[in-house]
Amino acid sequence: MSIKITIDGKEIETQAGEALINVAADNGIFIPRLCYMRGKPCLGTCRVCSVKVNGWMAASCATPVYDGMNVEVDDPEVKDMQKALVENLFSEGTHNCPSCEKSGRCDLQAIAYETDMMVSRFPYRFTERKRDNAAELIWLERDRCIFCQLCVHYIRDEKTGQKIFSISGRGPSSQIEIDKTLADKMTKEQAREASDICPVGCIIDKERGFDHAIGVRKYEISSIRERILKGEQ
Amino acid sequence: MIAEVQKILESYQFNKTRMMDILWDVHNKNGYISDDVVDEIARSLNMSPLDIKETASFYHFFHDKPAGQYQIYLADTVIGKMNGYYDAREALIEEVGCVFNNVSEDEKFGLFDTNCIGLSDQEPAMMIDKVVFTQLTPEDIKEIISEIREGKTPEEIANPNGHSRKDVAYIDGMVSTNIQRTGPVFFRKDRNYRALIMKMLGTYPGEVIEIVQNSNIRGRGGAGFPTGLKWKLCSEVETDEKYVICNADEGEPGTFKDRVILTRSPKDVFMGMIACAYSIGSKVGIIYLRAEYWYIKEYLEAQLEEMRHDGLLGEKILGQEFDFDIRIQMGAGAYVCGDETALIESCEGKRGAPRLKPPYPVQEGYLGKPTIINNVETFAAVSRIVTKGADWYKSFGTEKSTGTRLLSVSGDCDYPGIYRIEWGITLNEVLRMIGAKDTQAVQVSGPSGECVNPWQDGERIFCYSDLSCNGSLMIFNNSRDMLDVVKDYMEFFVDESCGTCSPCRSGNVDLLHKINLVVDGKATQKDLDEIVSWGNIIKSTSRCGLGMSSPNSLLNTLIKFPKIYKRKLAKVTDMVNPSFDMHAATSVHENLYKKLQEEAK
Repeated sequence: MSIKITIDGKEIETQAGEALINVAADNGIFIPRLCYMRGKPCLGTCRVCSVKVNGWMAASCATPVYDGMNVEVDDPEVKDMQKALVENLFSEGTHNCPSCEKSGRCDLQAIAYETDMMVSRFPYRFTERKRDNAAELIWLERDRCIFCQLCVHYIRDEKTGQKIFSISGRGPSSQIEIDKTLADKMTKEQAREASDICPVGCIIDKERGFDHAIGVRKYEISSIRERILKGEQ
Repeated sequence: MIAEVQKILESYQFNKTRMMDILWDVHNKNGYISDDVVDEIARSLNMSPLDIKETASFYHFFHDKPAGQYQIYLADTVIGKMNGYYDAREALIEEVGCVFNNVSEDEKFGLFDTNCIGLSDQEPAMMIDKVVFTQLTPEDIKEIISEIREGKTPEEIANPNGHSRKDVAYIDGMVSTNIQRTGPVFFRKDRNYRALIMKMLGTYPGEVIEIVQNSNIRGRGGAGFPTGLKWKLCSEVETDEKYVICNADEGEPGTFKDRVILTRSPKDVFMGMIACAYSIGSKVGIIYLRAEYWYIKEYLEAQLEEMRHDGLLGEKILGQEFDFDIRIQMGAGAYVCGDETALIESCEGKRGAPRLKPPYPVQEGYLGKPTIINNVETFAAVSRIVTKGADWYKSFGTEKSTGTRLLSVSGDCDYPGIYRIEWGITLNEVLRMIGAKDTQAVQVSGPSGECVNPWQDGERIFCYSDLSCNGSLMIFNNSRDMLDVVKDYMEFFVDESCGTCSPCRSGNVDLLHKINLVVDGKATQKDLDEIVSWGNIIKSTSRCGLGMSSPNSLLNTLIKFPKIYKRKLAKVTDMVNPSFDMHAATSVHENLYKKLQEEAK
């Protein structure tokens, strides 16, 4: 069903039920996000895509559009909250871009630039988290995990469909886990996919390292904003 | 144990959605869930062992290593702390011989903290395995522990008269129901369920929904969604299977009315579920009972059995073409499971992480099928509405908030317990009724609700457009330090956040840090401003009701009781940030240096 919604005062014609985050991108409006991959069911864990819908904040990945919806994206309060959510991830984990293999192709880093983050307003915790390098192909650097759960949902054992990655514990003491037996059955391509799906440098495929020089890394060739607006991610 | 695991799995037809029951059966047998057992379950159900741990590690009462032959959980609630909790805690440490979150040397006792166990009107209270002890004094604790050491079981001590677990006397021997004020809706003795079901089966399902809709009753769990509309939406979905779930997770600190309803009038609740099942076309009902209420499970099962025996549950109810039965699903200690979609996830054997909405449970709920979830009190009230009619129900309360509701009253008042109120009553009237004197603050609806000041809010009204109380009412007199209360609530939310979304998982930790700064006298005005700003971010961007309400007590008290904050602010005398801790900042280096020196030796 064809409907009309308004984003930042601009009237947009679209189909009812489509995710707001996609409608915005298709109309040239950038909304930052970390746990959403176009084409896959949304997980709604990072909340960075929150925008104002009829005056209330809502995660745009989890909000289907309906007729008459009034959306505010270019709004100081919205932008500040999005930025706060990104800052929050930087202070909750330990993220050191200069020494991270994922730098230049890291979504968190790219989104931080897009939201104009300079430093986290929240106190940095530098929580000690143990890394896990037991699997043959995967290095799990837990300091950098943002609990988006993309790996938990979308990287499964190809034969049995079992979870290779999972979460243990609850709340602030949650931890990302890797099943070594299943991880060791992964092909190199699947390990690469797991590493690529990870929006931070938590899942690293071991043989890759720093494979591109500064200046020709993923988001230096084409920014995350351009990629999202082209519908690539 | 491996053979036993197979037997357990068989009893659930190797159905992984029954993971909560599987894990409980193992835990009940072994006292914990070992890696061997997890591997065996995983192998048999074609799952990754870590997937099973993902569920098990989410719940407070599941242990992954030996946790003592008898597991003691002392409720560390705000109300308990006002009533001898600290003495009870000391006595437990002394008698058991280990500190909290540990197991005694002889492995006889495990000692743990737990959040509210639904006994706020009789604290301090503790659970030992599946029984509870209330109004604990250090002497009681000494006696209980020494009797266990002499060979008695906790159950023998809690139930000295040897009542059957199926008997209400078993529960009454352990806890008191403290019903202070009843009325025409709840706790009626004159119920004729057979006649009611007979009458109902003679009408169209749509008529039942119409009565419920006309009564204007709204969900009593807290969110206040119109019950009749929920049922109507669900009835309109055409599908082969639908479910009726009763939310008996009652996790909001300070509430215990659902426990009392289930103890005194369980069949009212079942009757409400039957009415719902008939009206939406469901065959299966589930009561999600919190693990803190293990001691009423067998009684409830016996009551269900009685109804089956009377032909009111099961196949062909009263000989008609209507099948419906109810089973009890135990929770395992997670406040967030009070959220209806988290509860569904838990019923399906997973972590209790709230789902994204839409789809709503009336569209896709338990096992992906349309599901109605209502609170215990809602179902009990509906059982009276279908008996007496919508107009009768509407004669109580106000025009927009119809009917009555039950309050669980605890804290500083003469008569804590259960009160029936009609919507429309003022806060002052309630305070007079319960014998609250010298009241400083009232926490309405538990930590997630609103903290009010009777001097300003005394004439506010209990109704959905003002004080839409979810049943919890905690009273604090002028001798209490409300900062301690707020701090306790923040600790509660940090403890109970499921961790799925980042603002709630991490933001509440930051707020707890802030309130600690205030309590320690190290906060400045900037910290108070940040509490407001960060609190609003968490409320606006969290995924479910937990994060949307966790900053409430902080934000409310900042508005209602600004002085308690202002007088604790640090005096800023120079440019140094008062919360800067020089020792903590330099200790990492110092410790490293010391370590290196030792290694060099």
